[in-house]
Amino acid sequence: MSPALVHQLYNLTPLAVLGAIAWIVSRAARTPLWGEALRRLRRNPTARVAAAVAGLYVLVAVADSVGWYDTASQERRTVVDAVFERPRERTYSAPLADRTFGEPRPAPLIGRHLMGTDGVGADVLYRALKGVRTAFQIGGTTLCIVTPLALALGLVSGYHGRWRDDAIMYAVTVLSSIPGILLQIAMVLVLGKGVPQICIALGVTRWVGLCRLVRGEAIKHRDREYVRAAKALGVGDTAILARHILPNLLPVVIISTTLSFSSLVLAEAILSYLGVGVPDGTGSWGNMIDAARDELARDPVIWWNLGAATVAITGLALPMNLLGDALRDAVDPRLRS
Amino acid sequence: MLRFVVRRLLQAIPTVLGVLAVTWFLFFGTVSAETIARRNLSSKNPTQEQIQGWIKDHGYDAPPLVQLRRGTLDLLRFRFGTSDSTKEDILGRIRQGAGPSMAVAGTIFVATVLGAILTAVVAAAFRGTYVDKTVTVLCVVGLSVVYTVYVIAGQYFLAKQFRYGPVWGFDAAHGIWKYIVVPSLIGFSAGVAIEIRLYRTFLLDEIGQDYVRTARAKGVPETSVLLRHVLRNALVPILTNTVAVVPGLILGGLLLENFFGIPGLGSYLVDALAANDFAVVRAMVFLGTLLYIVGLILTDIAYAIADPRVRLD
Repeated sequence: MSPALVHQLYNLTPLAVLGAIAWIVSRAARTPLWGEALRRLRRNPTARVAAAVAGLYVLVAVADSVGWYDTASQERRTVVDAVFERPRERTYSAPLADRTFGEPRPAPLIGRHLMGTDGVGADVLYRALKGVRTAFQIGGTTLCIVTPLALALGLVSGYHGRWRDDAIMYAVTVLSSIPGILLQIAMVLVLGKGVPQICIALGVTRWVGLCRLVRGEAIKHRDREYVRAAKALGVGDTAILARHILPNLLPVVIISTTLSFSSLVLAEAILSYLGVGVPDGTGSWGNMIDAARDELARDPVIWWNLGAATVAITGLALPMNLLGDALRDAVDPRLRS
Repeated sequence: MLRFVVRRLLQAIPTVLGVLAVTWFLFFGTVSAETIARRNLSSKNPTQEQIQGWIKDHGYDAPPLVQLRRGTLDLLRFRFGTSDSTKEDILGRIRQGAGPSMAVAGTIFVATVLGAILTAVVAAAFRGTYVDKTVTVLCVVGLSVVYTVYVIAGQYFLAKQFRYGPVWGFDAAHGIWKYIVVPSLIGFSAGVAIEIRLYRTFLLDEIGQDYVRTARAKGVPETSVLLRHVLRNALVPILTNTVAVVPGLILGGLLLENFFGIPGLGSYLVDALAANDFAVVRAMVFLGTLLYIVGLILTDIAYAIADPRVRLD
């Protein structure tokens, strides 16, 4: 296949993901529980603002996933590259300045930069935007590892009990007694830097919490009458788990997933700072913060690099946290404090 | 009580064995000795002799059984061996680092738990009012900021601008307090939000109970209801959740010690990460896990003492 065609096929990925999410939401909205929850969410002004901000991030992530093969540079260029990439300056420059910063003889800049430039002269706004896709990749992929794993093992453990429960809970106990950050840094050290490695490390350490939650819920539902009725009618165990118990656990799972998304985004930044994060060349807020560690010690201070990365990362984590809280209130009003 | 403690200790044995299996698999099962050697050798394209020499020199050529012993029995007996990158004795370095680390982590732990209880009580006392709402909003915002930003911004404002303490360094001879004030303040701010949220829910759960209504009905003043009835009962879940602060303390140790030049276990681990020092990371993961397991056991014992409903046998 020609490289151009391969790059066209890449473009289908974000569309497929978005399509799948839209299909699930529209299906869910037709069920009474989720329809009511969505109506409550729509009435909640905080949730609406949070959803709008998160939507903007999704837009940037999609724009950075749709691209084409650039024959001149022999690299893939995305919509974000085309719109926001700026020519490289010599070194630091303040936001909207027309000269470089901190040099004995400030040189004039090639262009204006809304958020200034960093030490190697790259546009800070562009770098911050490039971090969006990485954040979604890490958050999304990790959740795709964590959620099915935790659901399957939690359901089996809670529903079947006995030796299956013992075996799974032993694994959960062992993994949860290793402090997460230690296991994560050890795993990325051993496996090597990279986005997939980070997702594996975060996935291995994060599934245990959700698994415990699911197991507890499964135990609660195991002896309910609807489950007994299904059993009496001759429905198999797998079908009972998948078609009867699972739908009842979805609210818990979805709320926990939303809330853990933001902590995964934050975890990437911490791992990058510790030197076991995203490799150079991939957009990453963690690497921006890492680069900024000495910039506040300079005089005059360089604040825009750290500032942009902080705003970018908090701007995604905060709406996701707020959405998670709002979703919990909307799905189960009894939990409302 | 003794029986309960002994049984709880025995229960920890399979867990520790499992942890040993996980770390052993991670460090000896997923990467080859050659990969470790390549990562440690500074030259970009090491020759085969250099690689073999490094593997031999650092004991990675040992037969599988010796590797297994190193990954299990030696760790259990705290024989951590020597560092891959500096050849230093790991246990000796851990002994030196434990003091400074405990000083920082201990201060943050006490400050976080006490500060969170105080704030949560205030929020619960004014529940539903703007005081409560402000606390809740601040907590969500606090949760959404990366730890590293707290560290960098905290050092700039607290140490550099307000001069509450030195920006860098640690000298036990000149009184350690001076050096740990700023790191502790930062660790406290970064970790307190999630605890406040948790403790507030615990308090609100108790406020909804029947005995609170009874206390109010018999004329107990609201302050007394809150402090003597609600808080005392909420302390049981709060107490058992204090151990949940520990992973945050470990993370704080890694970032704060590295950033403020405190020669503790955290900065030792961060340096080892930068140097690709597998032996040190392996020892530290095991030690950190052991400490956490001890914390979990202590919590269970504290829970059994605090809550008479917990049956001991």
